[in-house]
Amino acid sequence: MPYIPHTPDDVSAMLDAIGAERIEDLFDEIPAHLKAGSSLDALPEGRGEMEVTRLMAERAEQDRYALSFLGGGAYQHHIPAAVWEIATRGEFYTAYTPYQAEASQGTLQVIYEYQTLIARLTGMDVANASVYDGASGLAEAVLMALRANRKSKSNRVLVPEALNPRYRSACDAIVRNQDVALDTVPFCGQAGQTLADSLSQYEGQDYAALVISQPNYFGSLEDVDALTDWAHANSMLVIAVVNPTSLALLTPPGEWGSEGADIVVGEGQPLGIPLSSGGPYFGFMACKQKHVRQMPGRIIGRTVDLEGKQGFTLTLQAREQHIRRSKATSNICTNQGLAMTAATIYMSLIGPDGLASVAGHCHANTQKLADKLTAIDGVERAFTAPTFHEVVLFLPQDADTVLAKLAEKDILGGLSLAKDYGMQNAILVNATEVHTEGDLDLFVAAMKEVLA
Amino acid sequence: MSNETKLIFQHSRPGRGANAQAPKPVSEDQLSAIPASLRRKQKPGLPEVSELDVVRHYTNLSSKNFAIDKQFYPLGSCTMKYNPRGANRAAMLPGFLARHPLAPASHSQGYLACLYDLQNFLKEVTGMKGVSLAPMAGAQGEFAGVAMIRAYHDARNDDGRTEILIPEAAHGTNPATAVMCGYKVREVPVGKDGDVDLEALKQACGPQTAGLMMTNPSTCGVFERQIEAIAKTVHDAGGLLYYDGANLNAILGKVRPGDMGFDVIHMNLHKTFATPHGGGGPGAGPVGVSQRLLPYLPTPMAGLDEDSGEYSWIDTDTLPTSIGHLSAFMGNAGVLLRAYFYAMVLGREGMIRVGEYSTLAANYLLKRLQQVGYTAAYPERRASHEFILTLAKEAKELNVTAMDVAKRLLDYNQHAPTTYFPLLVPECLLIEPTETESKEAMDDFIAAMEAILHEAKTDPDMVKEAPFTQPVRRLDDVKAARELDLTWSE
Repeated sequence: MPYIPHTPDDVSAMLDAIGAERIEDLFDEIPAHLKAGSSLDALPEGRGEMEVTRLMAERAEQDRYALSFLGGGAYQHHIPAAVWEIATRGEFYTAYTPYQAEASQGTLQVIYEYQTLIARLTGMDVANASVYDGASGLAEAVLMALRANRKSKSNRVLVPEALNPRYRSACDAIVRNQDVALDTVPFCGQAGQTLADSLSQYEGQDYAALVISQPNYFGSLEDVDALTDWAHANSMLVIAVVNPTSLALLTPPGEWGSEGADIVVGEGQPLGIPLSSGGPYFGFMACKQKHVRQMPGRIIGRTVDLEGKQGFTLTLQAREQHIRRSKATSNICTNQGLAMTAATIYMSLIGPDGLASVAGHCHANTQKLADKLTAIDGVERAFTAPTFHEVVLFLPQDADTVLAKLAEKDILGGLSLAKDYGMQNAILVNATEVHTEGDLDLFVAAMKEVLA
Repeated sequence: MSNETKLIFQHSRPGRGANAQAPKPVSEDQLSAIPASLRRKQKPGLPEVSELDVVRHYTNLSSKNFAIDKQFYPLGSCTMKYNPRGANRAAMLPGFLARHPLAPASHSQGYLACLYDLQNFLKEVTGMKGVSLAPMAGAQGEFAGVAMIRAYHDARNDDGRTEILIPEAAHGTNPATAVMCGYKVREVPVGKDGDVDLEALKQACGPQTAGLMMTNPSTCGVFERQIEAIAKTVHDAGGLLYYDGANLNAILGKVRPGDMGFDVIHMNLHKTFATPHGGGGPGAGPVGVSQRLLPYLPTPMAGLDEDSGEYSWIDTDTLPTSIGHLSAFMGNAGVLLRAYFYAMVLGREGMIRVGEYSTLAANYLLKRLQQVGYTAAYPERRASHEFILTLAKEAKELNVTAMDVAKRLLDYNQHAPTTYFPLLVPECLLIEPTETESKEAMDDFIAAMEAILHEAKTDPDMVKEAPFTQPVRRLDDVKAARELDLTWSE
């Protein structure tokens, strides 16, 4: 019996102790006529590890290797071997939520270190132990801002059109049940940025928060200082959505404008998490100290034991569902513990200079790729704003058609902006430190062929 | 055990680093396109440590954890069964790991095939009509389920339904979820035998009822015997029935939520399908629905064109009534792949065995713990895959609480059961052994529990001051909350 250790003797001994004749007797409280469907006839017979591994290996193999320039919220990076070798140690991999603090000091200290790393990277006071991903993290941040902004009575939040549309739709799916409205701030069609001028129409209106994405979905860098100061001048909180790699080079949200952002969220995947078809990733979440009691999710504190020795424990649990039930800040129960553990190891290995170097290569490679592609007739940059590691290009032909032809050559040449922005000829392209000059040239040559 | 007491930041030395890992720095020229006003002025305070520093530090920290790989872990309602290593290897195959979530379907056929098979597997196991794998955790599955209930009522313009009914023994996520979906919560009492108070439920049901959320077997560790009457009561009032899959392990291959009358369920793959808990996540919380909720399933889902044999994504453009996306991409793919491996290894007969042997183990453990002197909360009832002991007597007579016993178990190298949940049973321990623990492992636990009961009578301080053998003694939680220290500063 796979994963079940009992011998026939064990089974008899246990049944004897219970005073039952057959295992089936243990289900005598279930009405008999309800059991009919449980023969599970449509399921396959079980197979051994060898056969199932072979089946899955064949399927993994089938997802052919492709040279990818896809970004849009998930990015290819070098992951040091030590990251997952350590994270998948059984002591991390098979531990439960650290409710028994004395027997979970390993996990608890890792989370405390993680909170510190995220706070330092974002320039904020405190961070939680992570949420599911960047997009659901934004939904949590919006709900948090509604609670935290005592000056505002509104259930409305301003969201830039240039925010990742997948964040927008997930956030909307989560918050709309509480009658929260996300109003859209348009972007400037020339710059590819959210301009402070476009906000004047909302002046004097009651919004709980303004969301600022740095970089935005187009890879463009926003004038975060102006946007932040405008929001604060209009009694709104600022929710920053940021890429963690970029923070090695860019002003951290805690220093935006004169007061800094109030809440920061983002996708943690670039910090040592493989693309892995979209998950598990983790969302990081940080805020100013004064808002910490409105933050959802698990939070770890440093304290002492009864002999005065340093120890770590879950704290501020009065915010959480297992204590507060219907009055909790969120229904979130888990964090993304293992992914967050991997990210902690990644950040420690890569260090401050290493992360700056990774970010620098991402930026430089993307610039180089854009230069090479725009040297092709009819290919041009769509926007004038400076970019971090993604860029929107106009093609002389329909983007979806071009991308499909590139895919036939096993090159994933970017994401189409046709469906989300009605920009039929535009693609969003990303390069990171993993791309070599040769990779860029292969892409450019294929693009020339397809466009010819 | 490790005596590592430093933080990673305390190993940091300026100029040190794991130099094999990062590319060489780029020149300032190459960064000239980024305006100076947007540049970070000071580098972030990440530690500067060698690769060996990092490997040693985190390996040492790992040894301060209890884990299934090391200890018996009978946490009730958490289903801490063995997490097969084969599942981890399969999910970490390079083809799966390197796949970008937005890669076209042409480059995702293998991955989509696994998801499609898993959807069908879960449909059959639960007796539901459709399954979406999108929710990223149990609590998000609950959210998706209640959001679908709301979408269903909204689509029928049935907008007077403002309440979700929840038995008082329910997990805290249930009421928190109902509120996140814009509902008010009304609690329904549970009787002395662990079953829902049916009369009270009938009183509570009405035109304001959107639905009832319940777990079966319940968090009292017993099967809800009146489930058909409950389903009828809620359905007659126009409400829908939500099944919280926390305890699905107990009934696999015995009775299916779909056959009990549930309209929507979520499953915790990190419990029932043996994916690891990872120190608190990631999980996966797929949802299954009856016919009438099919239009509202969260996207994306895997679809198959029977003629061409090609798999594709079903998204909001083909299912516009869906409650939508709950994450940026498509859920916790790596968790789904691990669950798929487990499902394929177990197959039909394996699924049936899970329900049987987890129930056998729980009933054995309950009987033996009663024999050594502990009190069952529901002595007249069969245990499901878990059961509750109450230490109300010990707390009163010996001044030894359930928490004390839990802490003392750590000294016997046994993880503590779930304590003080459900809230309606005083001084309770909720115990779930799972089907993967041997009789010897359970016998060791029974011996430890017997020894602790003896200590409670002869040397109660030994129990009240435990643990003694862990990296730390009991922690000052009050100080932790009053003098918040959430980040390290030098």
